[in-house]
Amino acid sequence: MADPRSADIKDQPGFRSIAIICLCVLYAPILILMIFSLNTGSLVTRWEGIGLGWYGSALLNQEFHNAAKNTLIISVTATIISTIAATLAAIGMTRVKPWRGLSAAFMVINLPLMVPEIITAVATLSFFALIAGTLGLNFGIGNLILAHTVFCIPFAYMPIRARLEDMDLTLEAAAADLYATPWHAFRRITLPLLVPGILSGGALAFIVSFDDFTITQLVAGPGQTTLPLYIWNQIRRPMTPEINAISTILLLVSILFVSISFLIARRRAK
Amino acid sequence: MPDHPGKSAIEVRGVRKVFGTGDAQVAALDTVSVSIRENEFFTLLGPSGCGKTTLLRLIAGFDFPSEGEILLYGQDIAPLPPFKRPVNTVFQSYALFPHMTVAENIGFGLEMLGKPKAEIKARVAEMLKLVKMEALSARRTSQISGGQQQRVALARALAPQPKVLLLDEPLSALDYKLRKEMQIELKRLQHQTGITFIFVTHDQEEALTMSDRIAVMSAGKILQVGTPWDIYDKPAERFVADFIGETNFLTAAITDIGNGKARATLKSGATIDATVAEGFQPKDNATVVVRPEHAKLTSGKGDLSGTIENIVYFGTDTHIHVQLDSGEAFTVRQQNTRSAGCGFERGDKVGVSIGNDAAQVLRD
Repeated sequence: MADPRSADIKDQPGFRSIAIICLCVLYAPILILMIFSLNTGSLVTRWEGIGLGWYGSALLNQEFHNAAKNTLIISVTATIISTIAATLAAIGMTRVKPWRGLSAAFMVINLPLMVPEIITAVATLSFFALIAGTLGLNFGIGNLILAHTVFCIPFAYMPIRARLEDMDLTLEAAAADLYATPWHAFRRITLPLLVPGILSGGALAFIVSFDDFTITQLVAGPGQTTLPLYIWNQIRRPMTPEINAISTILLLVSILFVSISFLIARRRAK
Repeated sequence: MPDHPGKSAIEVRGVRKVFGTGDAQVAALDTVSVSIRENEFFTLLGPSGCGKTTLLRLIAGFDFPSEGEILLYGQDIAPLPPFKRPVNTVFQSYALFPHMTVAENIGFGLEMLGKPKAEIKARVAEMLKLVKMEALSARRTSQISGGQQQRVALARALAPQPKVLLLDEPLSALDYKLRKEMQIELKRLQHQTGITFIFVTHDQEEALTMSDRIAVMSAGKILQVGTPWDIYDKPAERFVADFIGETNFLTAAITDIGNGKARATLKSGATIDATVAEGFQPKDNATVVVRPEHAKLTSGKGDLSGTIENIVYFGTDTHIHVQLDSGEAFTVRQQNTRSAGCGFERGDKVGVSIGNDAAQVLRD
C-alpha cells in the first residue's frame, strides 16, 4: 500500500495518523455536542436516553425565539446591504480605469479581515457611544446592523471580485460592439454572469454575521440578544441539553449556508 | 447592393496610437493611412505585434487613436464609442455569451438596436440558415463545437447588417481542415452579404487565398497595400518579400530605370530584366528578388552558376538549394513528375536561368 518510491504526501509515514488526530480534535467535540442534544436527561455530561425533547423545549422557548428573530433581522439586513456594497466596490475596482488610491481602497475594504476583531469591537463600541453622547443618536438594533454590515463587506467582496476577474472582458467588448450601451452591457452580460459570485458572497456574509459574537457582545444594547449571545448567557447558568439543541440548530443553519456557497462556487468553476 | 458605389468604406488617415507615457511610450501604430473599398475582402497581414489588431480595435472603437481620423463613409467615427458604430466584430475567442442560447446570441445586436421582436426572429432565422446552424438554435454556446461556435460568432456579427465586418484572426483556433473549410465559407458569406470584410491574420497563405487586397504591416507601419498577386510577385520591401512565401535575395546594380522597369546586373555578371518597386531610389547596390518557382536549373551555363548543396522532396515539387559562386544562396523550386527524378544530384555544378519576367527590384 505505502509505496516507498512515491512522492505523494499521502504515502508518507505518519500522514494518515496525524490527519486522523486532527480531524478528531476538530470534529469530535462538535459530534458529542450534537449527540447530547438528543439526551433525555437534564445533564450535558450524563447520557440517559435518546429523544427530541430538548429540541421541543428550545423551539417553545420565548427567549430563544427573540434571539433568533434579532439574529435574522440583523443578519439578513447586513447581508443584503454588505453584498450590494461589495458588488459595487468590486465593479468599481475591476471595471474602471486604474485610479489613484485603487490599492488603498482595496486595503480599506479588506482591513476588517486583518484587524483583530476585539479591536474593531471596542472601536465600534466607542464610536456608537460617541455619537450617542454628542449627537444623542442611537439607532437601536440599527447599531448592530451597521456594525455587522461593515465587517461583512470584505467577506462578500472576495468571491464577487474573483468572479469579475475570471470573467472574459471580451464578452463586455462584444456586447458594446453589438450596440449595447454600458448600462445594457452590465444588465444583460456582466450582471447575469456575476450572479453566482454575488450569491456565494452573500452566503458567506450571512454566515459571518449569523454567528458573530465579539462585536455583537460589545455593541448590543438591552433586548438585542442574538443567538450567539443567548447561548453564551445560557452556559453561565447550570447547563441543560437545551443549549446543545440550540447550538445544533445554529450549526445546521451554518452548514446549510456554507454548502450553498460552496456548491455555487463549484458550479461556476465547471 | 452597395449603396455608396465607388466610395471607400473605411478611410484611415494619419492614425497614430501610442501606449504608455514618458519613456515607456510605445507607438503601436505609426502614422498609418489606408483606404478600404466598399464590398472588399481586405486583409491586414503581419507578424504578432505589428499593429494589425490595434488598427482593428481602433476601427471597432475599443481603443481610440492618439492622432488621426478614421472615416466610415466619410464620417469621422474615431471619437465614437463602439456601441455607436455600425461596425461589428468577430473575436478571436468568439466571445459568445455563455448564458444565452445560439439564437439569443445572434439576436443580441438587433435587440440592442431596439428592433421589433418579429423582425429579430425573422432575421435570426435567416442568419441561422446562412451559417447552416438551424438545428442548433436552442443550444447553449457551451454545448456546440469550436467550428460551430465560429459560425455563431459570424452570424451574430452579421445579423445587424453592419457597414463593415471586422474579423480578428477568427480561424486561428480551428484545426487545419476546418480552417480550410471556413476560409471558403467566409468568402461565400462575404459575396452573399455584400458587406465589407476587414480580416486580420498572421497567416500569409490565408491572406493570399481569401483577400481582394492585402495590407502588409510591420512594426506599426503599413509597408505595402495590393492584391495578393501584387504582394506576392511585386513585393516593395525586403520584409514583404520575406514574410510572404519563400524567395531569393540577390544583390545587383540597377541601370536603365524607366516605366517601372530596369536592367539588373547580378554579381555573376549576367544582366536580367526586372520590374522596379514603387518609390525606388537609384543607388549602387539594390536588392533583387526572384521566387524559387520562377527560376530554372540548367546543366549548362545560366544567368547564375553554383553547386547544389541540398535537394528536398516535397511531394508536389522539389526544392533544390544552390550555393552560388558569388557566395549567395539560391533556391529553385521544380515541379515533380511521377516517374522521373529532378535530374540533378548533390554536388553537381549547375547554372540557374532566371526568366524574363521573374525579378523584382526592392526599394530598400
